[in-house]
Amino acid sequence: MNAPVLPGPLNDNPSLARWVSFPSQGKVTVCTGRVEFGQGVLTAMAQIAAEELDVAMERIAVSSGDTELTPNEGYTAGSMSMQAGGVALRQACAEVRSAFLAQAAKVLGCKASELSIRDGSVLRNGASTGQDYWTLNGAVDLTVKASGLAPRKPVADFKTIGTSRARLDLPGKIFGTPSFIHDMKLDGMKHARVVRQPSRGAKITSVDEAAIRRVAKAPISFVRSGNFLAIVGDNEGAVVAAAVAALDHVTWQNVEAPTPTQQEAAWLLQRPALDRIIGAPEAADAQGRQRFEATYTKPYLAHASISPSCGLALYDDGHLTVWTHCQGVFPLRGALSRTLKLDPAAITVHHVQGAGCYGHNGADDAAADAAITAMQMPGTPVRVCWRRVEEFVYEPKGSAMVVKVRALVDEAGKPTDWTAEIWSGTHQGRPGGGAPLLGGEALPDPLPLPAPSDVPEANGGGATRNAEPLYDIPAKRIIHHLVPETPVRVSSLRGLGAMANVFALECCIDELGERAGQDPVAYRLSITADPRARAVIEKAAAMANWKAAEAGGAGHGRGIAFARYKNKAGYAAVVVALDVDEEIRLRHVWCAADAGLVVNPDGVLNQIEGGIIQSASWVLKEQVRFDSGVTSLDWETYPVLKFSEVPEIDIELVNTKDEAPLGIGEVTAGPTAAAIGNAVSHALGTRIRDLPLTRERTMAALLKE
Amino acid sequence: MSAKFDFSVNGKAVSVSPASEETPLLAILRGVLGLMGTRFGCGLEQCGCCMVLIDGSPEKSCAKPVWSVAGKKITTVEGLGTAERPHPLQQAFLDEQAGQCGYCLSGIIITAKALIDRNPQPTRAEIAEALDGNICRCGSHNRILRAVAKAAAAMREPSR
Repeated sequence: MNAPVLPGPLNDNPSLARWVSFPSQGKVTVCTGRVEFGQGVLTAMAQIAAEELDVAMERIAVSSGDTELTPNEGYTAGSMSMQAGGVALRQACAEVRSAFLAQAAKVLGCKASELSIRDGSVLRNGASTGQDYWTLNGAVDLTVKASGLAPRKPVADFKTIGTSRARLDLPGKIFGTPSFIHDMKLDGMKHARVVRQPSRGAKITSVDEAAIRRVAKAPISFVRSGNFLAIVGDNEGAVVAAAVAALDHVTWQNVEAPTPTQQEAAWLLQRPALDRIIGAPEAADAQGRQRFEATYTKPYLAHASISPSCGLALYDDGHLTVWTHCQGVFPLRGALSRTLKLDPAAITVHHVQGAGCYGHNGADDAAADAAITAMQMPGTPVRVCWRRVEEFVYEPKGSAMVVKVRALVDEAGKPTDWTAEIWSGTHQGRPGGGAPLLGGEALPDPLPLPAPSDVPEANGGGATRNAEPLYDIPAKRIIHHLVPETPVRVSSLRGLGAMANVFALECCIDELGERAGQDPVAYRLSITADPRARAVIEKAAAMANWKAAEAGGAGHGRGIAFARYKNKAGYAAVVVALDVDEEIRLRHVWCAADAGLVVNPDGVLNQIEGGIIQSASWVLKEQVRFDSGVTSLDWETYPVLKFSEVPEIDIELVNTKDEAPLGIGEVTAGPTAAAIGNAVSHALGTRIRDLPLTRERTMAALLKE
Repeated sequence: MSAKFDFSVNGKAVSVSPASEETPLLAILRGVLGLMGTRFGCGLEQCGCCMVLIDGSPEKSCAKPVWSVAGKKITTVEGLGTAERPHPLQQAFLDEQAGQCGYCLSGIIITAKALIDRNPQPTRAEIAEALDGNICRCGSHNRILRAVAKAAAAMREPSR
C-alpha cells in the first residue's frame, strides 16, 4: 500500500512541532510560513486550527514568517495560502488532535473512539475527563513526522471554518497602535538611505561628501562598498535630506536610462527573445474556417504599495538579524547568504507586517539595503525606509505584454483552433529564484545574473498564465517569447501574466461572439462544459440582470468576462456596467466566484472586491512611464483609482462547502480588465485593445467611429 | 539652542525643540512623541496616510513644518478612541471590517472625522469626495464608505 500523500508544505516541514505547540495553560501557538499583508491570512489560519484542534479561536496565537520558528513555505504568493498552506495546516492540526486523543485513551484506559475534544478539553462519551491538551502535553511527542493518516473533520461538521470572523490584525491598525515594520524602533538604531545606482551596472565616479554634509545639517556618515553607497545617521530627516542631495552630488558612469519608446509594450516585439511553443504547432490548413486575429497590450505596472519599502538589520557577534515585510523569509535568507557570503545559519529573518504588496515589490531590497549597511557597522541596528520616489523608480515592475490571439472559427462561429502568442519580460525576478537583490548588484563582486526564466507552467506559468482558454476548443497552443532584457527590472505583480492574457482572451471571445451574432453570455456558455465555470457565468449574469442582445451605445455599456485563475484555482465571472463620455466611469460591478471551501467568507469577499478595484485602476489609469528614466515618480504622476471613481460592487460566492479551497486573491485581475474592455466596446461600438483605457484612447476610438 | 514649540496633541500639552523648525509635524509625532498611528506614506502631501486634525481641520502632516502648528490643537487617531472605548468611526470600521492592509486607515478615519463634524449626514458621494485625498491601494473603498456612513448615523443618535 502506498503511503498517504501529505499536502506539499507539510511534506516539506513534516515535524508537527513546526506547526502547533501548547506553550502554556489554555494557550495554543500555530505556526505558518505564510505572512500577512492585508489579505487576512493569519485570521483564516487561526480558524483552520480552531476547527481541526477543537479549541476556541481566542486561545490561538499565530506565529508567521520566521526562519527560527515557522515552517518554510517559500513565498506567500500565487493565491496558494489556503489552497496549499491552509490544507497543510489543517492536516497538521488533525494529526496533533489524533495524537492527543491516542494519549488520552492510554491515560484513561479507554478507546480513542469514545473520546472527543471540546475547546481543548477531552470528553469521554460527552463527559469531562479532567484531561486536556495541556495536561497531556508533556507526554505527547510532537516532533514526530506527520503520517497523513489522521482523519480531518468532515466539512459538514465545521463550526468555525465557513463563518465570517473579524480580522485579528485589524484593531491595532484602526486604533493606531504600532502595527507595521515602519513602527519598529531598536535601541541605538541608526537611519540609513541608499544612494541608488541610476541603472544596473552604473559605477560611482565621484562623491562630494562635503556638499552632502552641508545639506544634512546634522551628523551623517557614509557607508561605501563598491558602488553601494549609504548615508547613515541618528536624525532621519537629515539622512533623507542628504540622500536627496546626493542625487546631485554623486556622479556616475555607465548609466542607461529607459526611453519613451521603451515604455510601450510594442517595443518588446523587436527584441531578442527566447521562444517556445506549448502545444501542437498551428495547423497549416485552415480551409473552410474563418480566421480571426487581434493584438492586445498591457503596459508596465507598478505595485505602488501605500507604504514605502522598509527593512531593519543588526549584525552582532557574527550573526545577522533582519526584519522585513517581504513575502518569503526563507528565500530572502538564502539570497542574503549568497549576497553577503554568510552561512544561512548565521542569518535570522523575521517577518513584520508592512502594507499590501501585491507581489514582489521593494521589500526584499530594502531589507538587503539594511543588511549590507549593518554588516559594515557591527553592533548597530540599521533601519532603511525607501523614499516614495525611490519606491516608484526602483520597485520591480509588472512586465509590459503583447498578446496576439489567432483563432479559427467553424461555420457555427465557434473557435476550433486557438493560438495565444505572447511577448513579455519575466514574471519571476524574485531573489529566491536567483535574481540579485538591488543593493547586492552594487557590491564589488556582484552575483552573476541567473539565466533568463519565467514561472514554470506547473506553478501556473508567468507570462503564459491563463493564456490557454478554459473553453472547449479542440486545438490550443501558446507561443511564448520571453524577452530577457527589459528597460526596467520586472517581476511578479498580482496575477502575473493572467491580467493581460485574460484581457486578450476574453475580449477576443466577445469579438468572436459578435461576429457569430451571439450574446456574450450565451456564446460563452455554448463553448463551456465545465459546470463550475457555467455556474459562475450564469450567476454573475443573473446578478447583473443581464439581458441578451441588449443594445449598447449612447455612452452606456456592459460587459462580462470569466476566468479560472491559473486554470486550476478559483473561478470568477465579472460583469461591469459603465458610462463613457470623455472619461470612462464605472457604474456597477457584479462578480460571482467559486473559491471551493471558504474558510472566512468575509475575508474572501474583501479579497475579491480589492482585486476588482485594483484591476479597474490598472485598466483605467495605470502605466509606468519613461523619459530619460522612470517618470512615474509619485501619486500625481502615477495616479490610481480614487474613492469617487470606485463603483458599487456586488459579489456572491458559490459552492463554498467543497472539500478543497481554491485560491482567489488574484482571480478577478483578468476578468475585471476584460469585462471593462468589453463594456467599453459595447458602449462605443468600437474596440480598444491597448491598456490603459485612457481618455486619449477613448477619444481616438470615438473619432474613428 | 534650538527653538521651542508648544502645542497640544490629543488634549495634552507638548513642548518640543527639534533641530530644525522646518521638521515636519509627522516626524515629531512619530519620532519624538512615539505616536505611531499617523503613518508615513509619501512625504509629498499626496497619499493622506499622515492626516491629522489641526484645530479641527484635516491636514497632511508629512510636510507641515513644526513652527506652523505652534499654539494649535492636534488630534491624531490615538486621540479618537481606544479598543476599550472606541470612537464611533473606529467601531464602524471594525463592524464593517473596513480595511485590508490598514496602512491608510488612520488617515482615512481622521478625514472622515472632519467630514462628519461639518456634515453629520453625508451621502456616499460626499464621503467619497471627502476621501479623494486619501489613497487606498488594497481596494477597501466600498467598505470604508459604508463604515463612514454608519458612523455618521451612529453619531447622529441623540443618546450620543
